[in-house]
Amino acid sequence: MLSYIARRILYMLIMIILVSFVSFLIIELPPGDYLTIKLQQLQSVGDRSALLRVDEYRARYKLDQPVLVRYWNWITNFVKGDFGEAFEFERPVREIIGQRALMSVILALSSITIVWLLAIPIGVYSATHQYSLGDQIVTTLSFLGLGMPGFLLALLVLFFAMMVLKVEVGGLFSREFQDAPWSFAKVIDLLKHIWIPALISSVTGTAGLVRIMRGNLLETLGQPFVEAARARGLKNSVVTWKHAVRVAINPLIVILTSEALPSIVAGDALVATVLNLPTVGPLFVSALTSQDMFLAGTILVFIVLMTMVGSLVGDLMLAALDPRIRLD
Amino acid sequence: MAEPLLEIKDVHVEFEVRDGIVHAVDGVSYTVNRGETIGIIGESGCGKSVTAKAAMQMLPKPGKVSQGEIIYHRRSKFDPSKPQEVVNITQLDPDGELIRHIRGGEFAMIFQEPMSSLTPVYTTGTLIGEALALHRWVPVTVGEQMSNKIMQYRHVTKEESREIAIEMLQKVGIPKPHERVDAYPHQLSGGQRQRVMIAIALSCEPFMLIADEPTTALDVSIEAQILDLMRELQQSVEMSIMFITHNLGVVAEMAKEIVVMYMGKQVEKADTVKVFYEPKHPYTRALLQSIPKVGRRTSERLASIKGMVPDPFHLPSGCVFHPRCPSFMPGKCDVIKPKYIEVEPDHWVRCLLYEDV
Repeated sequence: MLSYIARRILYMLIMIILVSFVSFLIIELPPGDYLTIKLQQLQSVGDRSALLRVDEYRARYKLDQPVLVRYWNWITNFVKGDFGEAFEFERPVREIIGQRALMSVILALSSITIVWLLAIPIGVYSATHQYSLGDQIVTTLSFLGLGMPGFLLALLVLFFAMMVLKVEVGGLFSREFQDAPWSFAKVIDLLKHIWIPALISSVTGTAGLVRIMRGNLLETLGQPFVEAARARGLKNSVVTWKHAVRVAINPLIVILTSEALPSIVAGDALVATVLNLPTVGPLFVSALTSQDMFLAGTILVFIVLMTMVGSLVGDLMLAALDPRIRLD
Repeated sequence: MAEPLLEIKDVHVEFEVRDGIVHAVDGVSYTVNRGETIGIIGESGCGKSVTAKAAMQMLPKPGKVSQGEIIYHRRSKFDPSKPQEVVNITQLDPDGELIRHIRGGEFAMIFQEPMSSLTPVYTTGTLIGEALALHRWVPVTVGEQMSNKIMQYRHVTKEESREIAIEMLQKVGIPKPHERVDAYPHQLSGGQRQRVMIAIALSCEPFMLIADEPTTALDVSIEAQILDLMRELQQSVEMSIMFITHNLGVVAEMAKEIVVMYMGKQVEKADTVKVFYEPKHPYTRALLQSIPKVGRRTSERLASIKGMVPDPFHLPSGCVFHPRCPSFMPGKCDVIKPKYIEVEPDHWVRCLLYEDV
């Protein structure tokens, strides 16, 4: 098992190096990226201080060196924690992401919690009451949820809140707390705001997970070991949860870790944009459009990192939960 | 004198599905006596398993007992001298307390597919322990009144449960039970899994074991071992066995009495010896003829029953077996429904050959 984990981590490192190299190339590839434009601007100003700054940038990012050297420079700094400069904001990438990362994590975690708290019981109900009225309603709603894009739902909620309830939705804080330092009142304010975006971004996930849970459980309920457990004199609820759900839920663990972890970094960018949330998602989108290369590259590497860590954690959790796939 | 444990009286089971009603069991009656083995034979889908599941009050949806009753003469597990209680199983709440005591504790069941009858995420020790926690009680003397001890019963503890599990695994012939108690089902072979199923079933000392084709999925050599094991264990504890199978050879070894079923109907019931040597119903005869025999010429084809099992939605008129019957009497068998009659003492058959029509 330990050698398996070591091997997986080794593969992960190789993968990250490859991905980071490719993303670096992609960042550098298009003409007219932020740094080039910036240098041109500075050069056209032409005074001494501007030219000095051009030289400074050249030296810092080794612009007159070949690609491999520039990549090496970038990645070594990256490992040290220096992610470069976000040119659009004229501040270090680390600072820009840092501000939003906390909000991203809080939002993603609350949305994942909502998804799991809702989807598992609903899916179990839907499977154990197959073809009942409740199951039909759940099925219809979950197809609706799956079919409706999150940003559209967000727009509808915004519209409804503005026109009918006359309240302002969007953002994660009230105006007075926007730039205030952290305090108990600010946390309460956050909780007041966060449930709407968390709920909206969990709709699609919940709908999908309900379907998967229902399907898996229906298949498991037909297995002989479920009947055998009932024949042993166990209560129906114990049979369902301790035997059927316990087996049916295993594949969902992989979904949790391999989809949820990357979403912590850059969740649903569209929903966040519509609702004006200070998370990493919209930042990533704007960095891509303005070709703010170090910012975009950093977020990309983190998404990849999370995806890989997620799938490793998922595999390890699955091995812990299901003895059949444990490696001896 | 044989003492009845379970009386199945004229039981009908219906499944209401989209295409109509399927009469999976259509008037079945037999009695399981204490300590005896009864064999239920018939083709796949003839209703043998459904009858057994009705006796456990765990019919799969949408099945229900539409007529008849299943009477269980319940003896107290703690005090055999107490008077018996008469329970009509079909009247019980399927998830109620009484039936859950009976299931596993008094009637245990083993299934056709040992490969998937054990929950894959639990060890054998956990699975046996689960049954023990529900049904096994440990007597404790709490006081003495004159010469009578006052007894109370408590649940088994974790340590006791593990010990009993090891003991049961040893009893059913699993090698290294001390290690196997922590093994997961996928680490065991098919035969071992069926042994574990038997260990679970017998760990709570039931009055009856329902064995639903327990050896169908196993090798012939393993099959013999499992059958031997069941017979041995039956002798050591006084237990009835309801043995459901389509294998006539197996049932001949195990059962004292045999019930033959066809399309949900009970067509013959008699002593095992009588069924084998003086079969009355043409279907029973055909079944017996289809057993391959050693020493027969290889060029000879195996006897088979002609025709196909009819569609359950369009059952033949009259006797359900008439389209396939070698003794078909036109104008009678396809018109008149045969009655279930006793042609000899304790030899019942449902066939017009033995009726005056």
